[in-house]
Amino acid sequence: MSPARVGATRGKPFLLGELMAWIRAHGPWRRAAVGLRARGLTGRTLVTAVPYLWLLLFFLVPFLIVLKISVSEIRLAMPPYEPLFTWISDNVVGLRINFENYAFLFKDSLYWKSFLNSISTAAISTAACLLIGYPMAYGIARSPAAWRNVLLLLVMLPFWTSFLLRVYAWIGILKNNGVINNMLMALGIIDEPIQMLQTNFAMYIGIVYSYLPFMVLPLYTAIERLDDSLLEAAADLGCRPVKAYFRITVPLTRAGIIAGCMLVFIPAVGEFVIPALLGGPDALMIGRVLWEEFFNNRDWPVASAVAIVMLFVLVIPIMIYQRSQGQQLGTHR
Amino acid sequence: MSSPRPDQKNEPWKDPAARPYVRLEKLTKKFGDFVAVDDVTLNIYRGEIFCLLGGSGSGKTTLLRMMAGFERPTEGRIWIDGTDVTAAPPYERPVNMMFQSYALFPHMSVQKNVAFGLRQDRVTAGEVDDRVAEILKLVRMETFGKRMPHQLSGGQRQRVALARALVKRPKLLLLDEPLAALDRKLREHTQFELLNIQDTLGVTFVVVTHDQEEAMTLATRIGVMNHGGIVQIGTPTDIYEYPGSRFVADFIGSVNLFEGRIVEDEPDYVRVASDELGGSFHVGHGVSAAPDATVWVALRPEKVLLARERPEGDGDNRVEGVVAEVAYRGDQSIYLVKLASGRQMRVTQPNTMRQGTGDRIRWDDRVWLSWDSSSPVVVTQ
Repeated sequence: MSPARVGATRGKPFLLGELMAWIRAHGPWRRAAVGLRARGLTGRTLVTAVPYLWLLLFFLVPFLIVLKISVSEIRLAMPPYEPLFTWISDNVVGLRINFENYAFLFKDSLYWKSFLNSISTAAISTAACLLIGYPMAYGIARSPAAWRNVLLLLVMLPFWTSFLLRVYAWIGILKNNGVINNMLMALGIIDEPIQMLQTNFAMYIGIVYSYLPFMVLPLYTAIERLDDSLLEAAADLGCRPVKAYFRITVPLTRAGIIAGCMLVFIPAVGEFVIPALLGGPDALMIGRVLWEEFFNNRDWPVASAVAIVMLFVLVIPIMIYQRSQGQQLGTHR
Repeated sequence: MSSPRPDQKNEPWKDPAARPYVRLEKLTKKFGDFVAVDDVTLNIYRGEIFCLLGGSGSGKTTLLRMMAGFERPTEGRIWIDGTDVTAAPPYERPVNMMFQSYALFPHMSVQKNVAFGLRQDRVTAGEVDDRVAEILKLVRMETFGKRMPHQLSGGQRQRVALARALVKRPKLLLLDEPLAALDRKLREHTQFELLNIQDTLGVTFVVVTHDQEEAMTLATRIGVMNHGGIVQIGTPTDIYEYPGSRFVADFIGSVNLFEGRIVEDEPDYVRVASDELGGSFHVGHGVSAAPDATVWVALRPEKVLLARERPEGDGDNRVEGVVAEVAYRGDQSIYLVKLASGRQMRVTQPNTMRQGTGDRIRWDDRVWLSWDSSSPVVVTQ
């Protein structure tokens, strides 16, 4: 840059600044901002609008599309369903809503059985995660401060590897000539391999293993926040440790317990990959049914109906969770 | 400063035959290499309010937590009412504690918080209700039973915590900085309330505090702690008027300390020469110190008289100085007077006359300081 130009630009910012101020005060932006503010739109609403827009675009719109497909009829074409609106004549639009898909879900026992199976599988997995996760979280929260972050990191470490790879690793461990069976046979404890892969046992191991961190993290947060002096006070008032645990620790970490259970239960209901890879052929989970309807039967309307029903089944526990969260906020500070 | 307590008239600690209610014997607690409590032996008598007074890190809270059973002593024994409870877990001790944070259970109402301790014992539901109602009435919280802790003010929480600790009628009530979270006015009010409650129930209190005023108001006796050990035990008056060391003199109230050495040593008086104070002075009590040893003269600010004129008579205990600072405190004024040696003497005088009337002492005035020969205390350490 030549000295002359530097000199010129040095004088400029002052003028430019004045000019910008004048434009800001009198230009069309000003009028637009005043106009928008009068209609209740400010920079703040713009910022809060972003998550709403996100939800609208990536949740509500897809949901409506699936809802639309679920009330249409199957056809052998691309896309494989009848359009909702049809031109009957020049000025008349026909709307065909078909509830047959939903009725079908209730008629064929396959669907409600797989729904029940999914819910019970998810419930058992959630309970197992809670039973394993609570002592883990408790141990981490009560360990020396220097250790806590290391232990938490170890809990989260599996996320650094692909989920699918980790499930495949379990195949390697559980299969008939896998790590466990080979070891047991080498030690002479068993003579022939125990069938573990493609059983419910393997499926539960897979689900509990995969979702355990989602249980541990909210529990850890809740337990870590628990004031030690409350347990001391309970002991001081004559309460034995086990009783104090149920009277003080559990009620005060309830928010973490519910959050952890929701975070495990909800995705576990719709779980598809783990039952397919580790579970037996009779492990009829709703996620698997959904997959088969979409890709094997190419019956998009019934698959969509399954998805919608599953959504409503899952919305109920979420609402319970929301309510308990609201109560928590209401009663504790 | 101390209130006339009935227990103080008995003074069981002066009676060698009296059986201590709580006895700590050579109690030591180490955390790794750090010695939190160092070889403490202490007798506390029934009905006492014993204050453990010390700065932060002096070991007072650790000592209290050992009495409650939250910390296991490294060495030593604890007896309560003749029973060795050293190894007993907190839920088996006849001791209740009021926590500094109050530690009210946030998910339980006031009523349930107070009832919690009784529910642990086999007390019938009817009796639980009666006793909770009774104790809530005592702390004047009877209309708050249904409230949750977060709906209470700091002072109300403090009362609930006290009620919860008292409802089991413990043999010993431990209070950890009971009034620290309250503002000044409420603190003073609650101090007297605590005294009334203690009078009504006759429970033995052990109070941990760093606030010497609190200790002076509440205590039958004070144990001053420093570096894990008890430096001095005595009634508030003993501790204030007869401090045994520079640390105690300095920790309780404010004090002027001047270094000197004993030049005349008689059984009922000593004469101390101090360059800092500017001369030699007559102290009206005997001191057991080696001849020519360094001692310190401790002189409380309120025991020094301030005058423009040289006081009448030919007493020794007077020095001249120049007023360096005056701080008006409403009820009293604090003067910092610079002596010939350069040291400053702190003097407080009650403002018996309204300010702005009469001839009052101002900055740079030359003044005379004098004190009674019974006022100074000579400490040797």
